[in-house]
Formats: sequence, C-alpha cells, structure tokens
Amino acid sequence: MRRTLQASTPTPRPRRLAVLTRSRTDRVLAGVAGGIGERLGVDPVVVRLAFVVLAFAGGFGVLLYLFGWLIGPEAPEGTEPRPAPGTETGVRQIVSVALVVAGGLLLLRTGGLWFGDAVVWPVALAAFGSAIIWTRTDESGRARWLRFASTLSGRPLDAAALGRPTRGRIAAGAVLVLAGMATFLVANNSQSALRTLFFAVLVSVTGLGLILAPWMWQLGRQLAEERRERIRSEERSEVAAHLHDSVLQTLALIQRSTSPEEMTSLARVQERELRAWLYGRNGRRAPAEGSARTLGAAFDQMAGRVEGIHHVPVDLVTVGDCPMDDRLTALIDAAGEAASNAARHSGAGLVSVYVEAAPEAVSVYVRDEGVGFETGNLPPDRGGIAQSIVGRMERNGGLATVTSKPAEGTEVHLRMPRRLSS
Amino acid sequence: MTEAGGRLRVFLVDDHRLFLSGVRAELGERFDVVGEATDVESAVAGIRSTRPDVVLVDVHMPGGGGQAVIERVSPVLPEARFLALSVSDAAEDVIAVIRAGARGYVTKTISPADLAAAIVRVQGGDAVFSPRLAGFVLDAFARDPAPVDDSELDQLTPREREVLRYIARGYAYKQVATRLHISIKTVETHVSAVLHKLQLSSRYELTRWATDRRLV
Repeated sequence: MRRTLQASTPTPRPRRLAVLTRSRTDRVLAGVAGGIGERLGVDPVVVRLAFVVLAFAGGFGVLLYLFGWLIGPEAPEGTEPRPAPGTETGVRQIVSVALVVAGGLLLLRTGGLWFGDAVVWPVALAAFGSAIIWTRTDESGRARWLRFASTLSGRPLDAAALGRPTRGRIAAGAVLVLAGMATFLVANNSQSALRTLFFAVLVSVTGLGLILAPWMWQLGRQLAEERRERIRSEERSEVAAHLHDSVLQTLALIQRSTSPEEMTSLARVQERELRAWLYGRNGRRAPAEGSARTLGAAFDQMAGRVEGIHHVPVDLVTVGDCPMDDRLTALIDAAGEAASNAARHSGAGLVSVYVEAAPEAVSVYVRDEGVGFETGNLPPDRGGIAQSIVGRMERNGGLATVTSKPAEGTEVHLRMPRRLSS
Repeated sequence: MTEAGGRLRVFLVDDHRLFLSGVRAELGERFDVVGEATDVESAVAGIRSTRPDVVLVDVHMPGGGGQAVIERVSPVLPEARFLALSVSDAAEDVIAVIRAGARGYVTKTISPADLAAAIVRVQGGDAVFSPRLAGFVLDAFARDPAPVDDSELDQLTPREREVLRYIARGYAYKQVATRLHISIKTVETHVSAVLHKLQLSSRYELTRWATDRRLV
C-alpha cells in the first residue's frame, strides 16, 4: 500500500480531488472505476473487475457502483490526473485489492447477500486472473497484446523484448481464469448433460471475455485517442503552413522594406488576408488567388490589389453579400478603377469603399478626402473616368455618379441592379 | 471622477504590450493614463481601484475578452465608459462587446487624433461608430421584413439608417451633419439611439445574424 501512495504523489493533482471523483477520460459507464483507480494509483481494470465480482454478491457491486455514480462529481475538464508513466500496478496491488474484495465477499456472505459459493468464488478467481493479465504495466497495453498475440500464434519471438514478468503474468492469469472456469463447472456439475453443455459454453465465453474484454476496451480507447491526436496535429500543421506562407513571409518583407508606406501597405494586405482566413464571411475561406465566389470576397481582393499597387490604405465596409455574376464583375472593375484613381490622384491618405448588397441592387461608394476637381472640367489624364467607370457601368445596365469639388474630395457612386427587369 | 486639471483619466486593457506602450505614448499628452492591464483579472481589479473615466478595451483577450471586463466592471462602477479597440474582428464579437456595454468600437489603425476625439466623445456619453461598426450594424438590422411584434427597439428609422450609411462610407460626424443639413448634435443623437437599440433590442435577427455569420 505504501508503494501505491508513493506512486500517486508525484503526479501534480488538485488536493481537493475526492476519492469518488468520476473520471472523464477513462470510463466504461460513468467513470467511477476510472476515478477510483486514478485516485488509488491502481489500474482501473482491477477496480472494474472488483466491481464485477462484488456484483455477484447479491448485486452489491451494482449498488456500490450506482452509489459512486450518484455522489461522485465528474473530474473538472482538462485537469484529469493521468497516471504518471511510471505508475505501475504490480501484482502486489492486485493482491491487495483482491484481498479487500475477498474480505468484502466474506462479510456479504455472512450477511446473506450471496448468489451461492458455486458462483461467486469461481468468478472471483477468474476475475483475479484477468486482472493479473490486463493491468497496466509500464508498457503500453497494445505492445503487450501484440506480444501476447504472437505468443498465441507461435511466431518466433524476441526473447529480450518479451519481458519475463509479462509472460509470467499472462501464464499465471490464464491459469487462474481457467481454474475459475473449471471450479465453476465442477461445482455446478448437474445431472442433465444438456445443462452441462450449456454451462460449459457459457463459462468458456465468459472466461474468454474476462481474458479479452479489457484488452478490446483499451485498444478501442487507444485508437480513439490516436485518431483525436492525429486530427489535432493535422489542424495544427495546416495553421502552421498557412502562417508560414502568409504571415511569416510578410514579416520578412516588412523587415526588408525601406519605406514606411511600403511597410504599411504590406501590413494592411496581410491583415486583410489573415482576417479573411480567420473570420471568413459566411464561413468561406477566401481563396488567395483566382476568382472570388461572392461579392464580399471579390471586393476584398479588389481592395487588396489597389493597396498593393498604390500603397494607399483602402477601408472596405461591406453590408450584405451575394454570389458573383458578370455584371457584378463589371461593377467591381469600375469600383477598382475608381479606387485606383482616388489612390493615384487625390493625394488622400485613405480611400473608403462602402458596398451595400440590397435585394434589388448593389450600391458602391468610393470616396476620398483628397484634392478633388471640377466635375465639368476633367483633367485630361483622368479621362479614364468616362470610359472605364461611367461607360462600363452603363453598358452593363448600371449607373455611375461622380461628385467632386476642389479641396473637398471625390465620391463615386456606382449602382448595379441585381436583376434586369424583363 | 475627472480631476481638477480637467484631464480625463484613461485605463488601457490590451494583451499586446507593444500596443499598450504605443497608445500610452500617444495619449499621454492629452490624458492621464491611470493604469493598464493585459488580462481580464488584472483589468477588473485595476479599473475598480483606479476608477477611470474611460476604459479602452481590446475585443479579444485571454479569459473572455473585452466583453468579460465590461460585464464584470459595469455593475460595480456604472459611471465608467468603455470604448472597444481592436485590430480586426469577427462581427459577432464586436456586436457582443457593444451589447455588453461598450459605447463604441474603433479599429487600432485609427489615428491618434481620432482616438483622442473618440475618448472624449465616449466620456461625454456619446457613441463612437467607426465605418466598420456602422457596416456591422447596418448588416445586423438589414433584414427588412419585421416580425409582427417588433418593437421600436428592433427597427432603425430611415434617418438613422441614412446617418449610419454615411458613417460607413467614411464620413465624420461633422461631415454627415453638413451633408444632411442637420446639426452635429442631431447626428450624435441618432447614433446614440442606434447604440441604445443595439444594446437593448431583443431582435431575433441579431442573434440569427450572428449565428449565420458563424455557421453558414
């Protein structure tokens, strides 16, 4: 017992952990056995088998388990004390638990809670054997099983890898399980040959179950854990890959850039891209390249392009969203032209783009607080407005209005109906 | 709360120390930066002990973010005003911080002068709408078919919508006032009313809208 206590102390676990805390991670039913096992530093398999044996004592084990379920709080999430790797449940611990259970059985037998000597003792014996085989040692359960399996199949074994205690325990456990089955058969020897056959089959299946069930349970849990871990690490590497491709590259570019404008625009492009990746509108993850599927994504790309070319921040606000089509592509091209004009000619430090997708039409405002101009008196180098903005919009059934005054900035309003009224 | 000199007392909450020191340097000339914190726990304790006029809170922080700070401080210090300040966020997070009680939301790319003006405005009880927040709100209230039992809280008036649209287009309050031929005070009244609706509306759309964003 002292070893048990010592084994349990090195794990940093909360002091207030009650004996009957139910385990969150190690559970078959409600985690009662898992909790007790972790608390005592004994393999939960042993505790589970003890419950099974006690269940044969007039159902006492079932009552005890339900009691533990009722009063045992679930261990707080995340703080589950896992047994330290060095926690080894030796034969000594199993014997201790077995003796406690045996004492309990004798007590219950005196008290009359009993299914009969012929049932309980063989079950206890078989469970004891099963516990010896299946308790956690310092090796992983699966490795042990694999060795066990190769022992059974008679394949040549690496004698060094097969630890002697393991082989000895398997043998001892199997002998005990078989002894339990035999005792049961002998004790329940009945006159009817049919009943004997039935019992023999039942007992064999139970014995096999006692030998194999804990392994199957553990194996299933290990596989589930491995799968979770794999999903987690895949997710992690996807994030890492993305951060490397985008954020780290941009940070490197920023370190090498010489002008503050360039740094700012690099940072803004990256911000836009990361933002789209993190909180993608309506769950979409904005494609880095290629054509966007929705209006919002397409405007994101447009704004990023203008910032990248002209090194002027573009503040984009989008209300509503809709799928892209040809006419909206024309709208975005016109808006991009307006934003480029603002970035190139206005001298303003910021271009504001506002997009509102209403059911009947999409409205876009491109605005700057730059030098502005007389709308009736376009500078020759800004003739682009006529063709690439107004012309493009009108050809596609839309409308463009340019409002500007010297020293008061410029605002271009674009409006594109969603459906052509037929 | 304001001390004799008339300087506003400001508390900064942000988990990025670099950003904290930057803002402290920018605001130090005009305001008394009475304290700063980098997590929710120390922010709550610090705000309670320093009793600032205005708290700048980051939307995202370990331990619950700006929303948690506001929800825990407001009951004990109702006179403190909150301004959410963040780099780039999901709309539902920003709306959640506003609904917790922040009187505005600005992005960290805001110029020092604009930030100072926003702090003064928030302290005066007005709302501060950045273009992005205006866009979020228009989006949230956009769905037109109103439920049958829709109260006034759940609808923006056409005028409020118009004001928000100008803000979303990048106009400052003063410019909105000029364009609409109203006083700047009226613009502030409209914006405060919108903030009020945003905080108190039980509008089904607000929750559905947030869910849409997260899930669809």
